[in-house]
Amino acid sequence: MRALEIQGLTKAFGGLKVTRDVNLSVEPGERRLVIGPNGAGKTTLFNLITGELRPDAGRMSVFGQPLDDLPAWRRAHLGLARTYQIITLFPKATLAHNVCLSVLGLSRARWRPWGALAREQAFDARARETLAQVELAHLAGRRLSETSYGEQRRTEIAMALAQRPRLLLLDEPFAGLSLDERNDVRKLLARIPRDVTIVMIEHDMDVALELADRITLMHFGEVVVEGTRDEVVAHPRTREIYLGA
Amino acid sequence: MTSRIASAIALLALAAAPAWIGSDYYLNVLSQVLIGAIFALALNVIVGYGGLVSIGHGALFGIAAYAAALLLNAGYGHFAAIVFGLLVTLVATALFAVLSLRASGIGFMMITLAIGQLLWGLAYRWVTLTNGDNGINLAARPQPFGLSLAGADAFFYATLLVFLAALVSMTSFIRSPFGESLVGTREQPRRMTALGFSVWRIRFFACLFSGMWSGVAGLLFMYYNQFISPHAMSLSASAEALLMVIAGGSGTVLGPIAGAALVVIMKFVASAYIERWNFVLGAIFVFIVLVMPEGVLPGSARLLGAAWGKLKGADARA
Repeated sequence: MRALEIQGLTKAFGGLKVTRDVNLSVEPGERRLVIGPNGAGKTTLFNLITGELRPDAGRMSVFGQPLDDLPAWRRAHLGLARTYQIITLFPKATLAHNVCLSVLGLSRARWRPWGALAREQAFDARARETLAQVELAHLAGRRLSETSYGEQRRTEIAMALAQRPRLLLLDEPFAGLSLDERNDVRKLLARIPRDVTIVMIEHDMDVALELADRITLMHFGEVVVEGTRDEVVAHPRTREIYLGA
Repeated sequence: MTSRIASAIALLALAAAPAWIGSDYYLNVLSQVLIGAIFALALNVIVGYGGLVSIGHGALFGIAAYAAALLLNAGYGHFAAIVFGLLVTLVATALFAVLSLRASGIGFMMITLAIGQLLWGLAYRWVTLTNGDNGINLAARPQPFGLSLAGADAFFYATLLVFLAALVSMTSFIRSPFGESLVGTREQPRRMTALGFSVWRIRFFACLFSGMWSGVAGLLFMYYNQFISPHAMSLSASAEALLMVIAGGSGTVLGPIAGAALVVIMKFVASAYIERWNFVLGAIFVFIVLVMPEGVLPGSARLLGAAWGKLKGADARA
């Protein structure tokens, strides 16, 4: 059973085909890097997997569970978590509250209209524990808007991890980060246990390459090259399209 | 701690209101403030916490009153009428929500406006059922446990009890996991979906909660006046409630209460002097938007805080 299986996935915005007959299969525990120039359809692919966009054709499944018409919010309950290219968090809330909301998302308690969320010990404990995992425990009580961009990025990853996902989609986790911050995030991603499968879009080849087991190169909505790290890096098409030979 | 003391004092002042107000007229004004406050609190659930601006809530307020009034005049008791009124409101709110939640933002607003106008039109034109513009008169207020609510004092206390119930239910609602989820859908609907929350369902249940309390306010309004007419469902009634929420401070618990007091009291004070009291209300609203766009309560807190800071700064310099 594959962690992620995509067959014949197609999506067009009007006349523009942003995803053309994409096939992709990711093994459980794998670290897959998706690369490609701007407009290659990488983020669209993520949006199709998470259900934010509906495909025109094709089939997808996560751990053998077909996604088909499953609404986006239900996909999180299958163990699918994602981060965004542009950070979309709750700036006025504390870091702990941000992560707490993430834990709440998969809990039945989210429907309960009484009892204070802030006093839910189990949620709070899990939030703090996850923040400790990304080395932000000391900032748990700080408002998100009062933290640095790198800390916000780590909070976002903590939110994904707090859900104990089986498949984690990271959309450019290193974008906009300083060298030090990039290092922090790299170490943090390297620490994620292998029972979490990771698919990552990234431009920063230096940091991303060493995290990847296999690489998929996309161009104009198509998968052009796929293989192990070395195969893809050595492939002439990669040099031509991406590395600019 | 200070907030607890403040609320205890406010509660005592309210409970002793019949003694210190001393006139039925002003006590009735206070009852209307409380009814307005319940309605504004109800609307605030979706406007303030859900980020969904409804300008059709007057219809939900009115539909409860009409449903109960019709049942009462058909010879049923108050208990049955109230239960029926609230059930009809819940069903109406569910339909209202299913239709309007197809959109958010301006789209949501426009659909609620359309539904509100539609129901107002029904109340106005379906004369055989609603008696049209003449409205429906009620013979008497209820007598729970044999206590007559006919007098201003008794009715005030009954309203106060319902108001306190609304207040408690709102405060616990917004801190609850569900309430926090609702605020999340206002801030980041996309993110909330990715986290496993069904934004649509959250909004739907928030609408039901808001609709139910709007219905409660509508029932109190009907009993207060012993009369219900299409005017209660009109666009201006919906707009007035929205004004209470926004002027007082949407997304806060005390804001809509302050807003309700402002609007209702203005209505009584200003209408004694000018016929076009809406003009004065409009001017106040413009002032609020210019000086404290976040609403009277949060705005005053900010301005006072700034003034206090300046005073302290002056002290330090001196």
